[in-house]
Amino acid sequence: MQGDGSEFSMKRRDLLRMIGVSAGGAAMYQAMSTLGLAAESPYRGTPKLQGAPHGASVLILGAGLAGMVAAYELRQAGYKVQVLEYNARPGGRNWTIRGDDTYTELGGYTQHCQFDRGLYINPGPWRIPYHHRGLLDYCKKLGVPLEPFVQINHNAYLHNTKAFGGKPQRYRSINADYRGHITELLAKVTQQSKLDALVSKDDQAMLLDSLRQLGGLDKNYAYVTGPSASNRRGYDKPPGGGLSAKPVDSQPLQLHDVLNSNMWRALTEGEMFEFQQTLFQPVGGMGRIGEAFGRSLDGLIHYNAKVTAIHQDEHGVTATYEDSRRPGSVRKAHGDWCICTIPLSILSQIPMNVGAAMADAIGAIPYAATVKIGLQFKRRFWEEDDDIYGGITSTDLPINNISYPSCDFNSRGKGVLLGGYLWGLSAYEFTAMTPEERVRRAVEYGSQIHPQYKTEFDNGVAVSWHRAPFTMGCFATWSEEARAKHYENLCQIDGRIALAGEHASYLPAWQEGAVTSALDVVTRIHQRVVAGGVA
Amino acid sequence: MTSITRHLFRAIVLLGCTGFVHAQSSDNALYTYDTLHNANGEAIFHTICQGCHMPDAKGATGAGTYPALTGNPRLASAQYMAATILFGRHDMPSFKTSAEPNRSFFGDTKLSDAQIADVIHYIRTHFGNHYTDSITADEVTAMHPQDKPSPSKP
Repeated sequence: MQGDGSEFSMKRRDLLRMIGVSAGGAAMYQAMSTLGLAAESPYRGTPKLQGAPHGASVLILGAGLAGMVAAYELRQAGYKVQVLEYNARPGGRNWTIRGDDTYTELGGYTQHCQFDRGLYINPGPWRIPYHHRGLLDYCKKLGVPLEPFVQINHNAYLHNTKAFGGKPQRYRSINADYRGHITELLAKVTQQSKLDALVSKDDQAMLLDSLRQLGGLDKNYAYVTGPSASNRRGYDKPPGGGLSAKPVDSQPLQLHDVLNSNMWRALTEGEMFEFQQTLFQPVGGMGRIGEAFGRSLDGLIHYNAKVTAIHQDEHGVTATYEDSRRPGSVRKAHGDWCICTIPLSILSQIPMNVGAAMADAIGAIPYAATVKIGLQFKRRFWEEDDDIYGGITSTDLPINNISYPSCDFNSRGKGVLLGGYLWGLSAYEFTAMTPEERVRRAVEYGSQIHPQYKTEFDNGVAVSWHRAPFTMGCFATWSEEARAKHYENLCQIDGRIALAGEHASYLPAWQEGAVTSALDVVTRIHQRVVAGGVA
Repeated sequence: MTSITRHLFRAIVLLGCTGFVHAQSSDNALYTYDTLHNANGEAIFHTICQGCHMPDAKGATGAGTYPALTGNPRLASAQYMAATILFGRHDMPSFKTSAEPNRSFFGDTKLSDAQIADVIHYIRTHFGNHYTDSITADEVTAMHPQDKPSPSKP
């Protein structure tokens, strides 16, 4: 800060930039948070880039969402763009496996998906929060139809092998009993005047009223067997019509049992920002987005292109690549600028002449091991037998989750559910298995929750992200320390090269991170091109 | 909670983490965070390492490469291997046991220094490797950075 009053005239954004430069991204983020900026969506609509110099070109590496967003916008702005993609398809981690698809993971393990027509599994991203406006905007532009994704289903299960004899409990009853008991306790201490120092008498009356409503308490502020509790936790026999219509109330679980079941841990998930309703999924699978992008960029994407080196000089950037089906066939692609969206797991192995700061950042971020398993069953027993339509069951078994399809509700025939979503140690262990063994284990574990698994299982596929040839990991796992040390350096434009992708975002693993990162990069590169007047 | 921690916390739950501790299966039990300390070098290789380095330790190549742990001259240095396992390298995470809070979103998989020494020994004496020297747990421990507070921490 120089000169009198400069700190007063300094704009908030300038201040943030200064904090960012001097103290790193973490400090800036903290400051942003304090100033109330970070909570805002980074998406401000598609940037209106205009006036690309005639003939200016951008080479884009990777046809995942980040690469394709960059290509889409830069083409619009008048740049000559080409995209190199390792896979034979667009989308990257935006990917759906359907019947007849073949997938070969590292190690040569090949799976032929035998799902019925129309059935699928999303091995990568599978849900879109309503506030991921960038991604939703592209779905609209590309004509990708969406449908609701059911996150919270009160009739799905919570399961803990060490609670209730391993018998799964309905989310609804654990949720009701947890809330019922804690509201009853709070009502008791209120009535015993223990809150007098904290809450006025008038407010206490209002508090008691609200606790009764929140917890489903009776007229004496007790959480007991009766109509108000059953209305929350469900009935032993629900109300019906005719002679046998009279409902039978269910009996709440004891507070001790609810607490010690640990099942309350799963109750807040749907209240997290990213999981609050409404969430969406593309009709027909998440991969519909990548496929639509690929069609819109028809002719610009070179598939089966394995990048082996990236070199920049004062004139531009050259990527050396080979046909991934015919190793040794060396080819080159050139652009005045390069937007590289190759995951850091791969990029850290590719020679590229950028400065030490960016190079250090690229090599510093480990990638998460996650595994997803899709299981086809001969009938939709979770709907027919268990009244579960969409949503997620949580368990302490290594499979973590069973997620029921949020589509084709109440239909006949076969169905595919997500039979396991693994992370941490379990994901390492499942990665170390053959795909067949992963599926076998998922069926074995899942049958502890749904005994129907044993007779209804048909076939399955399992994707372990560390064995995915095109990413070698699921997403960049930023620690707080790594974020502070490397994030700003990773996101700079180094000469004529800039990076984009979920790894260059504060939304790790989310597609919105890839989208907003790409929009940020194309805007900055365009500004530099226009300002510098260099093609 | 700092804003960054809050962000990490959000990331923890973004994939549906419920906070449950994993239970063991009735048969062919997998390791859990509580039982992993029982695993010896051979078990660690086949439970964790072979996911990327492959069951025959020959590595694999796609868009990038997982290095082979056989016929690889870098295996000549047990210290190099220990450093890689302790601190991670590129996309490979760190497996060291430390008092620090979890570095990754889903809970770190932590190996003791004795386990790290043992898995190094297993790799260097299998898959066609015939190294005769070895590294001890104490030597692995000596490679941990000094636990001094960092004055320049941003």
